[in-house]
This record gives sequence, C-alpha cells and structure tokens, in this order.
Amino acid sequence: MSHPVGPNAEGLRRDALIERLALFSLTGPALLLVTVTMLLPVGWLFWLSFLNDAGAFSLEHYHRMLVQPSYGRAFRMTFEISFITTAICIVLGYPLAYVLSQLPRRAANICMIAVMLPFWTSLLVRTYAWLVLLQRQGVINSWGMKLGLWDTPLALVHNLNGTLIGMVHIMLPFLVLPVYASMRAIDKDYLKAAANLGASPTRAFWLVFLPLSLPGLLAGSLMVFILCLGFYVTPAVLGGGKITMVANRIATDIELFFNWGAASSLGVVLFILTGIILYVASRIVRLDRLLGGGGA
Amino acid sequence: MNDKVTAGGRFAALILSGIALSVSVNGAAAQQTLTVVSFGGSYQDGQSKALFQPAAKALGITLKEETYSGIADLRLKVKAGAVTWDIVASGSGSAARAGAEGILEKLDYKVIDTKDFLPQMATDYCVGGDVFSTVLAWNTKTFGENGPKSWADFWDVKKFPGKRSYRKGVAGALEPALMADGVPPNKVYEVLSSPGGIERAIKKVRELKPHVAVWWTSGAQHAQLMKDGEVDMITGWNGRFDVVAKDGAKVAYTFNQALLDYDCFAVPKGAPNKDLAMKFLAEISKPQYQAEFTKYITYGPTNKKAYDLGTIDAAYAKRLPSHPDNAAKQLTINLDWYIKFEAQAATAYENMLSE
Repeated sequence: MSHPVGPNAEGLRRDALIERLALFSLTGPALLLVTVTMLLPVGWLFWLSFLNDAGAFSLEHYHRMLVQPSYGRAFRMTFEISFITTAICIVLGYPLAYVLSQLPRRAANICMIAVMLPFWTSLLVRTYAWLVLLQRQGVINSWGMKLGLWDTPLALVHNLNGTLIGMVHIMLPFLVLPVYASMRAIDKDYLKAAANLGASPTRAFWLVFLPLSLPGLLAGSLMVFILCLGFYVTPAVLGGGKITMVANRIATDIELFFNWGAASSLGVVLFILTGIILYVASRIVRLDRLLGGGGA
Repeated sequence: MNDKVTAGGRFAALILSGIALSVSVNGAAAQQTLTVVSFGGSYQDGQSKALFQPAAKALGITLKEETYSGIADLRLKVKAGAVTWDIVASGSGSAARAGAEGILEKLDYKVIDTKDFLPQMATDYCVGGDVFSTVLAWNTKTFGENGPKSWADFWDVKKFPGKRSYRKGVAGALEPALMADGVPPNKVYEVLSSPGGIERAIKKVRELKPHVAVWWTSGAQHAQLMKDGEVDMITGWNGRFDVVAKDGAKVAYTFNQALLDYDCFAVPKGAPNKDLAMKFLAEISKPQYQAEFTKYITYGPTNKKAYDLGTIDAAYAKRLPSHPDNAAKQLTINLDWYIKFEAQAATAYENMLSE
C-alpha cells in the first residue's frame, strides 16, 4: 500500500465493513427469531431426552426404543409410508408438471390454480373429507356398489390405503411446484437442437429434457419425503389406529409417560435419521450435477 | 404511529382497570373468588348450570370458570409454581396418576361428605362428580335389538359376524378381554395383577385383531363411527352413544359387563383458595346438585342419594350408568391397578398393536 492512497483506502475499507455489517444486521431479527423459537427449544428438548424422571442423566428413553419392538416398527412404518407417498407423488406429479410446462403460460397459470386450490384448504378439512368419501358407507363405496362395480364394501380407509390417499393428496403440490419451475426454466432451444440432430421427441425427452428437470424433481421429492416423515393428523384420522408413525407415537408417549424426555428422544432419533438421509441425498444430487456437467 | 398510540392507550387502560379491579377486590373482601377449570363444551355447560353457578350462589362466593385440555396443563402450572386454579375437573385415571405424582392436594373428607357415595368413587386426591360406563355397543341395523350380550359375544365372530372397533389405548381394553376369556368380573383385577395376567389379556385382544377395522382414540370418534355405520360392534362411553342415537344413529348398548368409571374434581397443589375449594367440593357433592347434572348428559351421580330425591325421572334414571340396577351388572375400574401397571400394560399393548 502506497502512502498517498492509504487514508482513502482505509476509509473505503471502513465503509465497506460498515455496509457489510449493516447488511448483516438485517438478518438480525430473523436470526434472533430462529434462535429463540427454534434452536433453544430444540436444544432444550434434546437435553431433556437424556434425563430420567428424577432429573439425572440417563439413556433410559433410548434404551426403551431398542428394547420395545413397537418403536422400531413405528420408525420403519414412517420411512416406508414416506417413501411410498413420495414414489406415488412422482408418478402422478411429474407427468402433470410436464403437461403444465408445455401449455401456454396463461393456460398453465389457470391449471396451476387447480393444483394450488387444495393447497390452500385446511389439512384437517381435507383429511376428514377423505373419511367421508372413503368409508364403508361413504360416497365411493355406495356408488361403486350401486353401479355394480363391486359387491362388498372395499376397505379404502382406516388402513394403509386411506393414509396413502390422504398423504398423496396433501403432498402433490409440493412436488408439482418445484418440478414445474425447473421444467419452465429449461431452454426450448435444447430440444430443438436435439430434434435438429435427428432425435425423435421421445428420445429428446429422455436424453435432454428429463436430465435437465432432474434437479427440480429431486428437490421436490426430497421436500415431499421430509415433510411426510412428520405427518400426524392424516395417519391418525385415516389410518384407523393401525398406522402409527413417529409423530403419533410421540403423542402417545406424552400422554402415557407424562414426560418430555420420553417423547423428545423419539424426535431426536427421527431428526438424526432425517439428517442422514438429507446428507446422503445431497451427495447424490451433487453427483448428478457432476455427471450432467460431464456429459454436456 | 397511530397504532402505537392506541396500543399505549390500551396498555394504560389495562393498568388503570387493573388498579380499579384490585381496589374493588380489596373493597369487597368478604366476597371470595374461586377458580374452577373443566373440559369445556356441553360437558362444562352442564356442570356450570347444574353445579358451579348454583353452588357459588349458595356459598356466596364469586366463581371464575376456565377451560383446559387435561392434567398435562396443570402439571406445567404446578411445576412453574404459578397455580391459579382452585379446582380442576379430571378423568379418574389421570387424577389418580397426578395424585401419585404429587401435583394435587389431599382432599379433606371431614369437610366433604362422601358416606353415600358409590364404592371407590372418592379417593385421597379426587372426589367423583359423575359416573360413566365403557360399554359394549352394536349397530342395530346389523344385529337388531338382540345384539351381543357379553364380551364373549363381542369376541364370537362366528355368531356375530361383522367389523369390530376397539380402543387403541390400553385403558379399559384389557378387562373386557379377560371377561371374554372366561374370567369372572370380580376376579379380573386379581388376574391382571398376577404374573402373566396382562399377557393373557393381550393374547385375547390379539385373537380379535384381524376383525378390528378401527382402533378408536377418542369419544368423538367412536360416536362418529357408529353414526356412519362404519363398524358393527364397538366399545365406548355410554353418553356419547346416547347423543348420536338421538341424532338417528343405529346404535344400542348394554350395561352388562361394562366398566364403571367416573370423572372427578381435584384441588391442585398450591391452590390459592384451598380451604374454600374443599367447601365448594362438599357443596357440589350433595345429591341435589348431582341429580340436576343428569338432566344435561346421561352420566350418573356418584352420590347414591341423588336417586332418592325423586327429581330424576324414574325411567330416565334406569338409563344412567350408576343406577343401582346398572351398577350391579358392571365392573368398577380399579385405579390402583392403573397406577401400578398402566405404563407396563400400555407398552405391551403397543407392541401387540404394531405387530
């Protein structure tokens, strides 16, 4: 640093620092909110899960999870249901997003409202509505039998079927929105280029469009999967007491043991398992980008 | 800016009214205030009209009513040392556990007279307020009026084919299973307390599991299931079935082998007006109050004398769970067993359910 420029540079640096601090301070309220409402309570619950009734350090809540088979089954069921729901959402949501992305903007926006409408309705209302539709003397069974499609009522609800129907219905917009956004962002010229080079529309879709939409699909699937892990109302109402996901088990344990630790230990395990899945998934997504980059 | 002014104004008004309130409270020192908390809804409406308001009038005190969702709320208050409630309404089981846990005051039975109470309905920490039954109910469209008569029938899927619904929680779920397994009602808790007893009951429930279409979790749910004709046979709380039957649901139930249980009133540890609370409980435990309460819901009095006053219509009295004819057919819930074994039984029950 030469001498004459010194004071000026110093001033500039100070200004830059102040500006950076000022900008950073904008995150203050949000940071404070997250700390007070998220980090502290979650940390506190985490701590409680290592205390027994007497308030001493103990692993009894984790021990119980290992010894009693019902806990392991609740975790397995949670991941299974989340996985199946995500898979169904992909099968239903991807083609839907594709059609929407091919429509002219105006038409797509109108169709998008149809996708978003259930999204704006209360989850509880939608869940009970499914109960009315799916139950033994519900709309679907009574019409199906009246039309002679089947003779005895189908077991559509109070089981896994009902839970999946309810969950897919709720989660579908979470998949369609990011997938649609990533499809809209795909430059149509790439597909024209593929056609120009002799690819059939199907081939162009598989080789060009699908890989380019994958990041959106992965983001959407991950969001659906993670949100599914915390479901409580839908399995409680549509599962007939046979579907116990971790959130349901947390509620049971709170009532049964009157103890935050017993319940928060379940939350801690779910949190860690979810964290592992997120980590693994993020590696896969990055890998996918690397592969995409290599091919281009 | 404008908002700030009004908010400030409101705050000042609040302080002023607070001062005014404390002045007026000090001014009327004779008028004592008691805070009672219950579960809200039609249940608390009935309590308020039949018990709380008339008793407050009789004692010449001011009454404040609040609503809560259960003992867990009280636990937080007691643990935080911020008890503002004098009396809480509770289910018998939660109250028993709360008492064992030490968040309730011992009741003063020198003040509260329970000599005419049904057996076991006044414990150290909780005095019974109304009696309900966990009954066997059935769909009258499926079985007609000649439905199942006993728990053995509930388990007999050949004689009574149809979908069942049973409780997802363990409370009141093991007793019927043992009775269906041939244990006489007066031996049920003896068997459940002996080694292998819980397993025996759970094995019996496991037997029925393939026929259980829904494991219910709340009174509102089991009533709705019968209203919708979703299942053919169910267990549940009698008052709820009466309500939906009035609404046209095809449901009937029997008191035979039912489980007699009760709701009660307790005084939180550190209640601000403990002595007054005892007097208030003594007042609402009198037969004339309890008789009045039955007019609002088909839950029976815990004080047997209520039936002798002649204010409950004779035909209606026969439909109440604690009517002597009905009570004789039932098994009274044993709270001591629940305090000792509920956590263990619930864990085993959850394991069975998740198989």
